[in-house]
Amino acid sequence: MDFLDRFSIPPHDDPMLYASIVAIGLVSIAIVAGVTYFKKWGYLWNEWLTTVDHKRIGIMYIISALLMLFRGGADAVMMRLQTAVPENSFLNAQHYNEVFTTHGVVMIIFMAMAFIIGMMNFVVPLQIGARDVAFPRLNALSFWLYFAGAMLFNISFVVGGSPDAGWTNYYPLAGTEFSEHVGVNYYNWALQISGTGTLMTGINFIVTIMKMRAPGMKLMKMPMFTWSALITNLIIVFAFPVLTIALLLGTFDRQFFTNFFTTTDGGMDMMWANLFWIWGHPEVYILILPAFGIYSQIIATFSERNLYGYKSMVASMVIISLLSFLVWVHHFFTMGQGAVTNSIFSITTMAIAVPTGIKIFNWLLTMWKGKIRFTTPMMYSVAFIPLFTIGGVTGVMLAMASADYQYHNTMFLVAHFHNVIIPGVVFAMIAGLIYYWPKMFGFMLNERIGKYAFWNIVIGFCLAFFPMYITGLNGQARRMYTYSEATGFGPLSMLSFIGALLLAVGFVLIVYNVYYSFRYAPRNVGDDPWNARSLEWATHNPVPEYNFAITPTVQSEEAFWDYKKNGYKLFNGEIKDIHMPNNSGWSIIFAGIFFVFAFFFVFHVWAGVIIAFLGIIGCMIYRSFEKDDGHHIHKEEIEETEKKFGGAE
Amino acid sequence: MKQDSNLPLEYSTETNEMNILGFWIFLGAEIMLFATLFTTYFVYVDRGVGSGPAGSEIFEITPVLIETILLLTSSFTIGLAVHAMRINRVKAMIGFMIVTLLLGAAFISVEVYEFIHYYHVGATLQTSGFTAILLTTLGTHGAHVTLGLFWGIMIIIQICRNGLNARTANKSFIFSLYWHFLDVMWIFIFSFIYLKGMM
Ligand code: HEM
Ligand SMILES: [Cu+2]
Repeated sequence: MDFLDRFSIPPHDDPMLYASIVAIGLVSIAIVAGVTYFKKWGYLWNEWLTTVDHKRIGIMYIISALLMLFRGGADAVMMRLQTAVPENSFLNAQHYNEVFTTHGVVMIIFMAMAFIIGMMNFVVPLQIGARDVAFPRLNALSFWLYFAGAMLFNISFVVGGSPDAGWTNYYPLAGTEFSEHVGVNYYNWALQISGTGTLMTGINFIVTIMKMRAPGMKLMKMPMFTWSALITNLIIVFAFPVLTIALLLGTFDRQFFTNFFTTTDGGMDMMWANLFWIWGHPEVYILILPAFGIYSQIIATFSERNLYGYKSMVASMVIISLLSFLVWVHHFFTMGQGAVTNSIFSITTMAIAVPTGIKIFNWLLTMWKGKIRFTTPMMYSVAFIPLFTIGGVTGVMLAMASADYQYHNTMFLVAHFHNVIIPGVVFAMIAGLIYYWPKMFGFMLNERIGKYAFWNIVIGFCLAFFPMYITGLNGQARRMYTYSEATGFGPLSMLSFIGALLLAVGFVLIVYNVYYSFRYAPRNVGDDPWNARSLEWATHNPVPEYNFAITPTVQSEEAFWDYKKNGYKLFNGEIKDIHMPNNSGWSIIFAGIFFVFAFFFVFHVWAGVIIAFLGIIGCMIYRSFEKDDGHHIHKEEIEETEKKFGGAE
Repeated sequence: MKQDSNLPLEYSTETNEMNILGFWIFLGAEIMLFATLFTTYFVYVDRGVGSGPAGSEIFEITPVLIETILLLTSSFTIGLAVHAMRINRVKAMIGFMIVTLLLGAAFISVEVYEFIHYYHVGATLQTSGFTAILLTTLGTHGAHVTLGLFWGIMIIIQICRNGLNARTANKSFIFSLYWHFLDVMWIFIFSFIYLKGMM
C-alpha cells in the first residue's frame, strides 16, 4: 500500500474535490465513448493527432488554450467567491493557496502562451506566403510537449495534490519543508516539458520568418504581426533557457535534497526569485508583443488605413525586447538589494513605458481620420487602448521603488497585471480569433452575440479589477484567503465577485456564439469578408492544405490591399505540384513518453523513470534513422480545389 | 529535392540551410543555458560555500588538464572530419569522427574519475550550494558530451550505410557545430571555474 499512498491527495476534507474527480472521470469516459460510438478515432488520428499542418496545429493550440481558459476561469471564480464576503469559509487556506497557484500557472503558461503560439502558428506562414513552418514535425512536437505539460499539471489536483506556492513559486515556501506534497514537483515538470516545446517553437519560427518569406517580402515589408512574432520568438529563445535551469535546480532541491534555494549550507532563496524573473519579465513581453501585433492588423483593417508609423512600431518592439531583460528586479524591490540597485531598475522599468507609449500613439493616429468600422474585433481593440493605458500607468507607479514598498504584494499589484494582461493579451486573442475565424473555418461568428459577449467582458473586467486598486491602496494583501469585516474590504470585494461573474458570462457567450454560428451562419463568406489588407487574406476561406496555389510575389507592405486597389500583381506563374511534409504519429508518441517520464519523476518512481527514459532515447534513434521526404500534391488536384473556390488567379 | 552544386553538400538544399540556421539559433539558446549556470556559479562560489569545502580545497589540476587536452584535440579532429567531408574522402572522415568520439569517451571517463574524487573528499551534490552548482554545471556539460557520443555513433552508422549525401553531410556538419560548441563551453569552465578557483 505504501507505494500507492504517494498518489493520494493530502487531506482536504473537501467534498468538492471528490466531486471534481468524479466529474473528470465521467467526462473522460464520455469523450472516449463518444469518439468510439461515432467511429471517429481514425479521423481524429489521421487528420489531427498526427498532423504537421501549421493551421491545424494552430487550431489545436487555440482549442487547448480555450479549455485552459475555462479551467483557470473556474479557479478565478472560486477565489472571488471565497473573498466575496468577509470571513467566508467556502475554501480553506490550503485549498485557496492551491487555487491561486494553479490559476496563475494555467492562465499564463497554458492559456495565454498557447493562445499566442496558436495564433502565430495559424497566421505567420500565411502572412509571409509560405507553405508551412520551417520544421513542421518539430512544430507538432512543440504542440504535443505543451499539451503533455498541460495535462500533467492538470492531473495534479486529483493525483497527489496541486502546487501551492504561487505561480511565482518562491522558495523556501516552495521547498519540501513548507510544501511537503508533490504539488511543486508537478509545477517543475509541467513547466519544464511545455517550456521545452516553447523553445522549439521559438527556433522554428525564427527560421521560418528569416528563410521562408515570399519573394519580394523584405523584412521591412512584413506585416506587423509577423514582426511581433519574430521578436517574440527571439525573446523566447533567450529567456526560456533561464527557466529551464531554474526549474532544474528547483527539482534538485526538492527531489535530490540539494541546497540551491534553501536557507542552510550556502543555499540562497533569492536566487530563485532572480532566475524566475529574469525569465518572468521577458515572459510578460512574450505575451504582450503578439497581442500588439494582432491589434496592429485589426486596427489598420477596420480604419481602412495603413498602419501609422510602421518603422517606429518595429523599433519600439526591438527596444522593448532589449529592455525586457533589464528590469526583473522590479518584482522584488522590497527584498533589500539597496538603493542604487533599486534606482537603476526603477529607471529601466519606467523606460519601457516609452516605446509602449509610442505604439499607443501609432494606433491612435492610424484611426485618426480613418473610416472606422466597429466590428467586434475592432471594439476589443478600441477598448484595449484606454484600458491598457491605465494598466501601464499603474505599472509606472509600481516601478517607483520607494513607493512600491506600499503597493508591493497588495491587491494593487494584482489589479495592475490583470489590467495589462486582460485588455492586452486576452482581448487581443479573442479579437484575433474572431478576425481569423473565417480563415480557419470558412464562416463568420455572429456579430450580435459577439457584441453582447464584448460588453459583458469589458464591464465585467472593470468591475472585477478596478476595486482592487482601491482595496490594495488601503492595504489589502494579495493571496489572503479571507479578511475580517473590520477591514472594510467587503463591499468592494463583492463588486469584484460580480465582475468576475460577468466575465464568466461573457466567455460562455463566446462559446455559445461558436455553437450558434456553426449551426446558422452562412458558409459563402468569400475570401475577404473584412476588406483586409495583408497577405494572409489572399488565400481562400477556409485555407486549403497547401495555403497558396501559386507562391505570391510581394511588392509592398500591404500586399493584399495593393493587389485589390492598386493593381499590383500577386500571383505570377502557373500552378505546379506542391511539396508537402507527411503526417506522423512520432510527435504525439514522443511527447506521451515525456509525460510518463515526468509523471514518474514527480513521484520518485525510478523504475518508471528509467523505462520512460529508454523510450525517449528509442524515439530519438528512430527519428535519426527515419527517412521521410514528404509527398506532392499534384497539379490537377490543386486546380480542382481552386475551381471549387471560384478559380485561381 | 533541389540541389545547388555551387554550395558545399551540407548547405546544398533549402532544408539543409534551414537546419543549419535553426541549429545556430539552438546554440544561442544553449549559450543562455550555460550563461545561467555560470552566473549562478559565480553567485555561489564565494557566498554559497556554507560549511562545505571551497573550490581551492577540492580541485585537482591533473585530471582537469587531461580533460582539457582530450576535448581540445577532439575539437581539432572533428574539424578534420568536416574537412575530409568537403573533399569527399569518406573513409578519412569516418576515421576522424571515430577518433573524435573516442577522445570524447576518454574525456567522460576522466570526468567520472573526477566526480568520484569529489565524492571522496566530501563534496557531493548535497554538501552546499557551491558544490551543488559546481557539479550541476560540470554535469550539464558532461551530459551534453555523452549525448554527443550517441549522436555521433548514429551519424557514423548512417554514413556507412548511405554514404555521403545532402542529408548525412548536413547532419555531420551540424554535429561538428555542436561539438565545437561544447569545446568552447569547456574553455569557459576551465578558465572561470578551475583556474580561477585554484588561484
Ligand atoms: C508600462 C509598462 C509596465 C510597467 C512599468 C510595469 C511595472 C511592473 C512592476 C513594477 C511590477 C512589480 C510590482 C510589485 O511586485 O510590487 C509589475 C508586476 C507585474 N506585471 Fe507589470 N509593468 C508593465 C507592463 C506589464 C505588461 C505589459 C504585463 C503583461 C502582459 C505585465 C505583467 C505583470 C505581471 C504578471 C506582474 C507580477 C505578477 C506577480 O507578482 O505575480 N506588466 N509590473
Ligand atoms: Cu516585470
